[in-house]
Amino acid sequence: MGTEAQHENDPGDDREPYDPEALGPESLEQEPLDGDPPEGQKPPEERESLWWLAASPLLWLAHFLASYLTAAIWCAKVGAEHDPIGPVRVAILVYTLLALGGIVAIGFFRGLRPHELGTATVPHDFDTMADRHRFLGFAVLLLSGLSFVAVVYVALPAVFYGSCR
Amino acid sequence: MKKTEPDDVEPLPYTPSEEVREAQERRLQKVWAVPKGWRYLSAVNNETVGGWYTSAALCFLLFGGVLALLMRLQLAVPENDFLSAGTYDELFTMHGSVMMFLVAVPIFEAFSIMVLPEVLGSRELPFPRLSAYGFWCYLIGALFVCGSLFTDAAPRGGWFMYPPLTSETLEGYGPDVWLLGLSFIEIASIAAAVELLVGVLKVRPPGMRINLLPLYGWYLLVVAAMVLFAFPPLIAGDLLLEVARAFDWPFFDAARGGDPILWQHLFWIFGHPEVYIVFLPSIALVAMIVPTFAKTPMVGYGWVVLAALGTGFLSFGLWVHHMFTTGIPGISLGIFSAASEAIAIPTGVQIFCFIATMLAGKLEIRTPVLFILGGFSTFIIGGLTGVMVALVPFDLQAHDSYFVVGHLHSVLIGGTIFPIVGAIYYFMPLVNGKHLSERLGTVAFWLMFAGFNATFVPMHLTGLLGMPRRVFTYPTELGDTVAWLNLTSTIGAFVLAGGVAVFLFDLLRPKKNQPYAKRNPWGAGTLEWLPDIPEEVPWGVRSIPEIDSRYPLWDQPDFVKHVDEGRFYLADAEELERETLVTTPVDGKPIYCLRVGGPTFVTLIAAVFTGGFFILATFHLYVPAIVSAGLAIAAIVRWLWKGTGGIPAKDDKDVGLGLVLPTYVSGSKSVGWWGMLITMLADVTAFLSLVFGYFFYWTTNAEWPPPGAPDLGLLWPGVALALLLGAWLCTVAARSLNRADRGPLYHAALTVGALAAAGGAGAILWAPAAAGMDPTTHVYPAMVWMLAIWTALHAGLGVLMQLYCVARRAAGHMDATHGAEVVNVTLYWHFAAFTAFVTVAVTAGFPIAAG
Repeated sequence: MGTEAQHENDPGDDREPYDPEALGPESLEQEPLDGDPPEGQKPPEERESLWWLAASPLLWLAHFLASYLTAAIWCAKVGAEHDPIGPVRVAILVYTLLALGGIVAIGFFRGLRPHELGTATVPHDFDTMADRHRFLGFAVLLLSGLSFVAVVYVALPAVFYGSCR
Repeated sequence: MKKTEPDDVEPLPYTPSEEVREAQERRLQKVWAVPKGWRYLSAVNNETVGGWYTSAALCFLLFGGVLALLMRLQLAVPENDFLSAGTYDELFTMHGSVMMFLVAVPIFEAFSIMVLPEVLGSRELPFPRLSAYGFWCYLIGALFVCGSLFTDAAPRGGWFMYPPLTSETLEGYGPDVWLLGLSFIEIASIAAAVELLVGVLKVRPPGMRINLLPLYGWYLLVVAAMVLFAFPPLIAGDLLLEVARAFDWPFFDAARGGDPILWQHLFWIFGHPEVYIVFLPSIALVAMIVPTFAKTPMVGYGWVVLAALGTGFLSFGLWVHHMFTTGIPGISLGIFSAASEAIAIPTGVQIFCFIATMLAGKLEIRTPVLFILGGFSTFIIGGLTGVMVALVPFDLQAHDSYFVVGHLHSVLIGGTIFPIVGAIYYFMPLVNGKHLSERLGTVAFWLMFAGFNATFVPMHLTGLLGMPRRVFTYPTELGDTVAWLNLTSTIGAFVLAGGVAVFLFDLLRPKKNQPYAKRNPWGAGTLEWLPDIPEEVPWGVRSIPEIDSRYPLWDQPDFVKHVDEGRFYLADAEELERETLVTTPVDGKPIYCLRVGGPTFVTLIAAVFTGGFFILATFHLYVPAIVSAGLAIAAIVRWLWKGTGGIPAKDDKDVGLGLVLPTYVSGSKSVGWWGMLITMLADVTAFLSLVFGYFFYWTTNAEWPPPGAPDLGLLWPGVALALLLGAWLCTVAARSLNRADRGPLYHAALTVGALAAAGGAGAILWAPAAAGMDPTTHVYPAMVWMLAIWTALHAGLGVLMQLYCVARRAAGHMDATHGAEVVNVTLYWHFAAFTAFVTVAVTAGFPIAAG
């Protein structure tokens, strides 16, 4: 049964991202005008997943829920109204560092690198495998940027609130 | 010049002969013909059903608008007695419910069902009969809910039905009408979401890679996914509230451990994403219209995709901003306030992309553009007041005042209604071949725009001056300013209504002598403008094109000619079947030729009996309700038996241009598998909402389980879990046995599985009964019962599916290579097993872990 469709949607697929550095200056000169990598270089993978688009926003969502639930459960079950909430703040700090680390990694490896494949620039609207690859990278990069900012936003209340009040 | 791969498919190099083309067209005509006479009601074709759906939603828009005008008359002067308090309560409840549930969400689904196949250059969406079923459910439910207003049984609890007012205080059937009638419509919404999601992912034209997908498709993808995760929490909430009303289970009764705040959480986990579910499809229309009138491709395509996806995610982190005044700890409020501010970023990004596109091209100001510009300016004001009310200290002042009414109408009318009216002006030539009038359109726009501002700008001020929402009148002592602002709002409302009347006149006036519009009258670049005008053929596209660009009508040479001459795929229907192509989600490679269902009454019959269940249950007629549910299930089984699966006469088919595709696939290549997966994601979301309820009560009760509560023990929950996991394993084994063509063992595995599942359903219900749990005494046993019943129902549905698979193979409709049914049922059972595991772990395991 449908192996191809399964691969396309397999979030665990961890192929090597394309590395433009490996091309070296000489090979760049031979590149065709449309900005695709030259013959003989590793082409962008034929089977690609849409799930990477959701990866950074899902980290935001996980960070959001973890922060909210930690604060809500602490205030309902553990801390009295005016007690300091030190452990909640520490937990939110840890969640934030983890989420931001993950988002930066996704944005770099699944976003920036595919986006910069070859020399073609946006809008990535050619009917080619390479441009589709660049487009998905660009979208992942933008979503990672938004997710980064949104995680920082959600972490800020822990800086300003000292109690459950 | 567009760049393509060297091996890109080109259309046929020659024009097929006249005779060949006529023969092809005759066959297509025969296959896709819309039924005539009274059989017209059996149509399932997306264009027909989408047309009914859109017209119905527009009628309910007018109905909701009339309710608003009655309210404005009552509020024109202080201490008015035009309406009684009770009638006024019914009116504002119905106005909100009709506009949100019967207009805003359905109109996007309706419109999308109508135009999505055109946007994607395909003949049909993957589940046409499901769309028809969804439409009939919507219509029956909507008429039922609206009808209650004329029998004085209308709900009065506000469009968000807060308990304990709705669980204990309100008499009569009002809240039941709301809960059951709208749950029914929510199910129809989820059906449409499944259709649209699978449509965008799988039924694209060959070559339409994900980076060439029209922005409309991106928005629909996001919105349909949001429907899947936003509506189920509300369905779970509806279930709890209806059971609380009908059987006195104490979910919202604080004296017995319940908490009304749980309803607010479940309602707003739905309610806030819903605002974006309503807004994004309208913006999707804008994204199709703006490039046409700017005569340039959309600027920042990738940024708009970011905005659509980003808004979709962030919108799930805002729900508590409707609950800032409920006494939630400050740090939680801060978290939701921060997320509410963050969503302004992607919203702003897309607005800037539209402005940039307008500036990059040469914008032609026609009626659709007027409505879009008017919508933008209004929406931006609503968005900025939204940023204001997202700040906790400001919200504490403005909460439940007319400021909020002004804000939300700016967002919804500016973000939704104006773009929709603009889109009707834009798309009308596609519907009946005739343009609407530019002159009447301009008059309608200025009346609506001026009327809108005169109505809602003063409400911000009356709100800040202290006028509360949802009160049928206001005292003279509030002052002259409040009085004349209200009078201005009322006058404005009638000006707005005048604009709508002009628009309606334009829409309905006879246009017999008006010449037809020319083909692609606005000079658009996207596929939905491919059909000839007037379109007298029922088949959508003449042949399914190969796509090389985001704007094929602008970029691909002789594109329309090639499509018209049948020089692309599926130009014929040799087997006299309704066919379209299924492609891969990322690169749009054709993988199989899908045959979809034609006209049938079974969807209408199934919808009538489904409606019967919900309507009879409203009046507590449980026996007839269950009979009706049984008949609905029987109709659905018949629909599936006759209309889906089955071994095709030939395993593959030449679809043209030298491409031979299979006519049967199973598993993740098939659309049925995707439909099941997506439906079950929604189902498991509803289940997790109930689990959330269990843990919510854990946080609100000092002790959980409460002291003296009966102990569920481990025996019966353990037996239930063992049997249900056994049923799941039997189903998994049956899938392999079918593939290995081991017929007798396959039947044995499924039969044993069905027996185990039935036993498991019994055991999970017996567990709380044996423990002596009475669900009316405290919310703890009520919650345990609710999770057990949910699991038992899923096991029961699983039994039905297992027996269906047994019968399918026995009847010769399945064999080793044609086993889609058992593959899809196995997918169902993965989710059912998860449900059983979580239910037992929570109800039996958590009390042990907690103490």
